[in-house]
Amino acid sequence: MPLSIEPHTGDLAHDEPKSYLWTMNFGPQHPATHTTLRLVLKLDGERVVDAMPDIGYLHSGFEKLGEYLDYNQYVTVTDRMNYVSPMANNVAWHLAVEKLLGIETPPRCQSIRVIVAELSRISDHLLTLGAMGLDTGAFTHFIYAFNPREQINDIFEALCGARFTNSYTRVGGLMYDATPKAIEMIRDLLKQLPRALADMERLLNRNRIFVDRMKGIGVLSREDAINRSCSGPVARASGVARDLRKDEPYLNYADFDFNVCCAEEGDCYARYLVRLAEIRESMKIVRQAVENLPAGPVNVSGTGPFFGEKTHSANQGSAENTDLSPSEPRATTHVILPDKQAVETTIEGLITHFEMVMTNRGFETPCEEVYCATEAPNGELGFYIVGDGSPRAYRARCRPPSFIHFALFPHLIRGHTLSDVVAVLGSLNIIAAELDR
Amino acid sequence: METTVIRELRNMFPNLTASEFRGQWRAIAPVESIFDVLEKLKEENGFDLLVDITCVDYLDYPNAKDRFGLVYLLANTETNERIAVRCFVNDPEPMVSSVVELWEGANWLEREVWDMFGIHFDGHPDLRRILLPEQFTAHPLRKDYPLQGLGERHNFPVITRAEG
Repeated sequence: MPLSIEPHTGDLAHDEPKSYLWTMNFGPQHPATHTTLRLVLKLDGERVVDAMPDIGYLHSGFEKLGEYLDYNQYVTVTDRMNYVSPMANNVAWHLAVEKLLGIETPPRCQSIRVIVAELSRISDHLLTLGAMGLDTGAFTHFIYAFNPREQINDIFEALCGARFTNSYTRVGGLMYDATPKAIEMIRDLLKQLPRALADMERLLNRNRIFVDRMKGIGVLSREDAINRSCSGPVARASGVARDLRKDEPYLNYADFDFNVCCAEEGDCYARYLVRLAEIRESMKIVRQAVENLPAGPVNVSGTGPFFGEKTHSANQGSAENTDLSPSEPRATTHVILPDKQAVETTIEGLITHFEMVMTNRGFETPCEEVYCATEAPNGELGFYIVGDGSPRAYRARCRPPSFIHFALFPHLIRGHTLSDVVAVLGSLNIIAAELDR
Repeated sequence: METTVIRELRNMFPNLTASEFRGQWRAIAPVESIFDVLEKLKEENGFDLLVDITCVDYLDYPNAKDRFGLVYLLANTETNERIAVRCFVNDPEPMVSSVVELWEGANWLEREVWDMFGIHFDGHPDLRRILLPEQFTAHPLRKDYPLQGLGERHNFPVITRAEG
């Protein structure tokens, strides 16, 4: 690990006459860098002249693991990417896999996935807002924000047994259906969350210190936001009115009535306000989804027309054939594990269970490539999956919003002071596990 | 059932092929014209958002002809249209022109492809490793790199308290 960064062509401040500039290392072990990031700052007194990010401290080879793990096993790895909103990553991964396989999940599954995705959005935004407050000195705000997160974690525990690393979704459905107790807990959360949000807003929204530290800091213009591939609240706070839930609706989002929250200034305060408004919109969606939760099965049924025949030759997409639509259903192909009752009492259930779980068996996938994006709390989280016929992905690429937003950081921080480094970093919501994978 | 964008691309670049899967259009361009294809898509067809740049190593893929397939995913913020543009490069010297001048967001994405796959981007202002340390020598996401690694972790320089 280098102790200092060698000069490179992007380094504005490495001229001979500017030897009064002072290099400071910020991180990777620092309470204000959200997890392990490293910034080498070139300072002129308190002004940041340049910032050189150095990342990779949490690189764990998630994409390489995707080539060795089953589609149902990899969801555990996706949990650990953006670990403050793990359900959103699970939903995104399985949406991509189901797109590859051409499966449509039943309406109840889609509604429950919407509910958990929105709950993770609320959880992620609460954490970001809390951290923004904490980094600028408001510890009470942090506690106000983390209290509802405890309730959300309890809901996740009621749904699937794990507070954090949930792995709740499966190919073609969910791990467990939502119980009435979990629905009750969600209703309780919706009653108590507005009070917590009101506390947070009363504390910081018009607080002179907070507003002075956030307003006008780290301004991102609209053209820059699009040019630098931003998405999510960071882009919406700069005026890019793009929300995948409205523009390219997936799951059940077309059935719900909610607004897209945008701002125009593009500074840290705008990102704070956009996230706060998005929590309210997410509450609306959860309320509508819970009240109109369709009955029915939550997993896709065993036999169904998924993909074409076995004679599909693998091609790299160079052929002109567009007749890759599903044709004959394969009578014994399942993608979701059968019900335990069926596994333990019928022979077909037992055989299907083993066929799916044993190492060199499992369901067949088309030799094709697909990209599927969802609106994760941080931005556009997409998975580019290349299938090769086996139940393991040939390439599972995660398009990480944090990685792309962290590239903005040197651009945003130039000319600001050292104390603004923390404010800007907090407003971008950089999760190092998603950054490094 | 091709879209106007695909039709224009096919007319302008005769070596380009395109296909559709699950509602997504992919165009495959030869390496020499990939920059022109992307520039056309950005300037004339309004694909102003670069969503992702990634690469796939087709070493173990059935019926593969080329080794690396670079994928550029683009989106149009006005019409919400998406397109994937691919090109194939081969060893020994996989090289492609960089698109940093079109989209600034390509900077880190191309650095990651260089880091993980070893594909050189011609014209990139600062092509160096991003996720792995500078002393790392291999390109891990290639298929001939084992999952457990080649033992680089044991050879990292250890900085003692006296030196640091």
